[in-house]
Amino acid sequence: MPVLKSLLDVSSETYASNRKAQLEVIDQLNEQLELAIAGGGERYVQRHRDRGKLPVRERLELLLDPDSPFLELSPLAAWGTEFTVGASVLTGIGVVSGVECVVIGHDPTVRGGAMNPYSLRKTLRALEIARINRLPVINLVESGGADLPTQADLFVPAGRIFHELTELSSSAIPTIALVFGNSTAGGAYVPGMCDYAVLVDRQAKVFLGGPPLVKMATGEESDDESLGGAEMHSRISGLSDYFATDERDAIRLGREIMSRINWHKLGPAPAANPQPPRYDPEEILGILPPEAKIPFDPREVLARTVDGSDFDEYKPLYGTSLVTGWASIHGYPVGVLANHRGVLFSEEAKKASEFILLANQTDTPLIFLQNTTGYMVGKDYEQGGIIKDGAKMINAVTNSRVPHLTINMASSFGAGNYGMSGRAYDPRLMFAWPGAKLAVMGAAQLAGVMSIVGRASAASQGRPFDEEADAARTRAIEQQIEAESHSFFVTAKLYDDGIVDPRDTRTVLGLSLSAVHSQTVAGRRGFGVFRM
Amino acid sequence: MIQKLLVANRGEIAARVMRTAHALGIATVAVYSDPDADAPFVRLADEAVRLPGAAPSETYLRGDLVIAAAQATGADAVHPGYGFLSENAGFARECAAAGPTFVGPSPEAIASMGSKLEAKALMEKAGVPVLPGATVDDSSDLRAIAAEIGFPVLVKAAFGGGGRGMRVVHSADELVDAVAGARREAASAFGDGTVFLERFVVDPRHVEVQILGDTHGEVVHLFERECSIQRRYQKIVEESPSPAVDDALRAELGAAAVAAGKAIGYTGAGTVEFVLDQEGRFFFLEVNTRLQVEHPVTELVTGLDLVALQLRVAEGEPLPAEVTGAVLDGHAIEVRLYAEDVPAGFLPATGTLHRFRIPDLPGVRVDTGVEDGSVVSPHYDPMLAKVIAHGRTRAEAARTLARALQRAEIHGVTTNRDLLVDVLREPEFLAGRTDTGYLTRHADLVGGDGRAGDHRHPRALAAALARQAANRSEARVLGGLPSGWRNVGGMPQRVAYTLGEETLEVAYAFRRSGLDVTVDGEPLAVRLLGATPEAVELEVDGVRRRYTVHRVPGWSFVDGPDGSAALAEVPRFADPNAVAHAGSLLAPMPGGVVRVLAGPGDTVAAGQALVVLEAMKMEHTVAAPVDGVVGEVRVGPGDQVETGQVLAVVEEPAEEEAS
Repeated sequence: MPVLKSLLDVSSETYASNRKAQLEVIDQLNEQLELAIAGGGERYVQRHRDRGKLPVRERLELLLDPDSPFLELSPLAAWGTEFTVGASVLTGIGVVSGVECVVIGHDPTVRGGAMNPYSLRKTLRALEIARINRLPVINLVESGGADLPTQADLFVPAGRIFHELTELSSSAIPTIALVFGNSTAGGAYVPGMCDYAVLVDRQAKVFLGGPPLVKMATGEESDDESLGGAEMHSRISGLSDYFATDERDAIRLGREIMSRINWHKLGPAPAANPQPPRYDPEEILGILPPEAKIPFDPREVLARTVDGSDFDEYKPLYGTSLVTGWASIHGYPVGVLANHRGVLFSEEAKKASEFILLANQTDTPLIFLQNTTGYMVGKDYEQGGIIKDGAKMINAVTNSRVPHLTINMASSFGAGNYGMSGRAYDPRLMFAWPGAKLAVMGAAQLAGVMSIVGRASAASQGRPFDEEADAARTRAIEQQIEAESHSFFVTAKLYDDGIVDPRDTRTVLGLSLSAVHSQTVAGRRGFGVFRM
Repeated sequence: MIQKLLVANRGEIAARVMRTAHALGIATVAVYSDPDADAPFVRLADEAVRLPGAAPSETYLRGDLVIAAAQATGADAVHPGYGFLSENAGFARECAAAGPTFVGPSPEAIASMGSKLEAKALMEKAGVPVLPGATVDDSSDLRAIAAEIGFPVLVKAAFGGGGRGMRVVHSADELVDAVAGARREAASAFGDGTVFLERFVVDPRHVEVQILGDTHGEVVHLFERECSIQRRYQKIVEESPSPAVDDALRAELGAAAVAAGKAIGYTGAGTVEFVLDQEGRFFFLEVNTRLQVEHPVTELVTGLDLVALQLRVAEGEPLPAEVTGAVLDGHAIEVRLYAEDVPAGFLPATGTLHRFRIPDLPGVRVDTGVEDGSVVSPHYDPMLAKVIAHGRTRAEAARTLARALQRAEIHGVTTNRDLLVDVLREPEFLAGRTDTGYLTRHADLVGGDGRAGDHRHPRALAAALARQAANRSEARVLGGLPSGWRNVGGMPQRVAYTLGEETLEVAYAFRRSGLDVTVDGEPLAVRLLGATPEAVELEVDGVRRRYTVHRVPGWSFVDGPDGSAALAEVPRFADPNAVAHAGSLLAPMPGGVVRVLAGPGDTVAAGQALVVLEAMKMEHTVAAPVDGVVGEVRVGPGDQVETGQVLAVVEEPAEEEAS
């Protein structure tokens, strides 16, 4: 049992200052999360309650199994945009009647739960997570439909929602719609496409066209209830499978349905009674340097993340800028790839490729802990074939079939992002710590490159180079890139599945691993493990 | 020598008799009614014979069936216990005729004491002080008789005991109804509706003397017992010796009791009951020609086994020296633990006793007929157990007994435990100032749950946290993750319980800084030291307490050093099938319908009696909840009903109909 021995001095000044800096970052995160929780704000929440309705988070709490954990996804979607933080929809992975599932709940206090381009991306990502991990879906429906001013960015891709829902169904992944309110026009296809629909009496409105539209279209006089009420759909159209007397009753019915789907996870069960880490996860905050420039030993993080701090390192003496090894988290065996000193050299790329192949041979899920500035540049490295070696790693990551879970701990720059199973490489779930940065390269480097290119261009054209303008431009570019590298900016665009408190890493990974084990866990077959 | 003893009784006394029989090498036979088929006393017996049916009149009161059972099993003796056939001279005679020895006095002695009137006359002749009184029947001039005796007058069944059918009447106007009611109850309980009127002594002490006679003409007394603390004429606290009796009075009482015993040629164990008035005068009340419920207090202070002595006397042995020379050792107190709702007026309670555990403290004896899982049915006496403590002094016995009761785990059935603990710790009780008016004076002890309020929040939290621990350990997935973990917000988990009339909503969240708790919105500063599905340890205001939590579907029973609580979990979602009709009359308890006093269409006033139920041998009136018209009556005389069953529906007249 190779147990990691931590060298962290928790009484040191560095530890204290690191921790202080991290707590500040976490406070900033929590401040933004509060905005997501607030939804449409006090006034709209009160108005919603006054109608006898529950806010989406209370619906969720009633739906989930008592005392079970819930991992909310992309809570900062649409951060920094004109839209409300959270994008008027709540998504996440939780347990309902003993079944892990994806919950998608509209927040009707935000512009009536209307869908904007960010809500769409968040919803589609949640459905994708459900599909690739084989998680049943429960929709808590109450949405006014499309945010019409943004229809140009919305209408065409939104069709994908119904495509995903029915594809889930065809993959034998049950889908449920609990309809609490508006579910009109396109939204009507949500209960329409789900395997089960539960409509709340005198609240659900499920129709293609409401009374005004019907009047315009055909001249027919009608009302909400006859067009799309729960009573009508339960007794006449048959769209509603279950008639709920009120919101709680609908949630009760949803839980009943989930208890009857005869669900069996396809992946292997975790080992019983896993040991907690020997070091306190709280101490992770003291490991992280305030600046991405300063590397840190990921083994210190692993000692506070994996079961019993037990980490069996692979090739510890080779390609030491990347730490690879075997461990388990909450009883699930995993292979870990963690950047140590930022840069990926040829050795690191080859070591990673072999390690990924080994994990595929043994059907072991992979955890990528990113803190990379990318692949090494320079004459020696180019001549040494860094491109080919990087390509091997990206090839291995791409074609790996075991589940990948990725966390950006501090930085994810350049092709390192790709090699370390970034967003484009389909990790099953991907998170970032709040201080993490992500971009094609660091802001200073990028601005510097632009400046050098500008200077060269001026020289080649024989133009005089305006040093002052260049400095101003460089500063502006640096600021822009810095802002765009910020974890909030990245997560707002759905480039990850959320920002998590570093101290929760073990919990987030444990919950994610359990979720991915709903699906078969099998590696790629066909070739042996290439020794590089 | 008796080889095989049939015990013609049930519950704790059947078990108690069998234990002694087994210790003496005697085999035992139980008889049991259908509801008692799984009772511990049936399993304790070597053999058992079913008495089909449930009602006592079909089962334990059927002397013919009992004798047939004795014959079928070859039992050569029958012990009647107390109640049922124990004071039935006819049964004793039938035993004698059929063969098996009746463990008790002669049929003649029973008969002579069976009629209270005759007994009194007999005692008066023997020089035992008696109270003025008279027997009445349908033709009696009740007013004249009562005037002669003087009010207040006590009306009671002439046959049988245990306070059934007893009523105190303060004026001539109430007399007719009281006598009629008493006759009905007496007829139902004892098969004989004769009743008896007697001067009622206000707030006397109830003092009784244990006597023991052998077949060689010897009668001795084994000192007195005091049983003054009573509810509805049922004793609940009994002790020996009486704090009101000194050596001189003890000698007088003993002599009177022995004289009474000798006057009727008494054999076996019996009890001579007296009332002791405020001035220290005593009057003969009755002789109970059987083993008394409270006999254990005498056993503990004398070191004797009264059942063993009964059996030896039945075998013809003379009383041994340890009986004739018995001395008092210390003090013993017994309490009767009843399944009943004290604040609701001592209404009998029923249900499943999910757990029944009384701590095994030195000097504490528990005589019980129930165990974990026993069902307390409405068919018989609701006494669950007698808990008896023996101490060097009265105060010591009271202290030990109070602790044994307080730390007992009694789950699933409402009991009088809190009342008993409160009595045992109450200054007037501890000063020995007990009389039959004690509970009336101490209505605060009966009133209910002022005490329960003190620590109800921590107890509700303990229930919630044990439930939480069970939820985590039983989770099919993610059971190893932090309880109720959220990465956004951190909404607390919520669970509500009802505790009596009150609802408590517990909200809790495990945060990095510790456990965050509110109960009914009020923050509760608490430190959690440990939570498992069975136990929760909390620190509140610097005091650390361990609560055991026993969970059965729908219920959490919490026991801690600061008391116990039975918390009913409020379901997260309403049961869609549970809808009660407004104006419905619900049965307050299980029982049989005796009379229906109104029919559909009748106009009734709020409070008007509509249905009379009999349960636990007491009549209970169910009255109209509102002014209105009877819509439907769903029961008829003779029907058995369950708690909460709709008996009738009273419809409030609509506005226009009323005007």
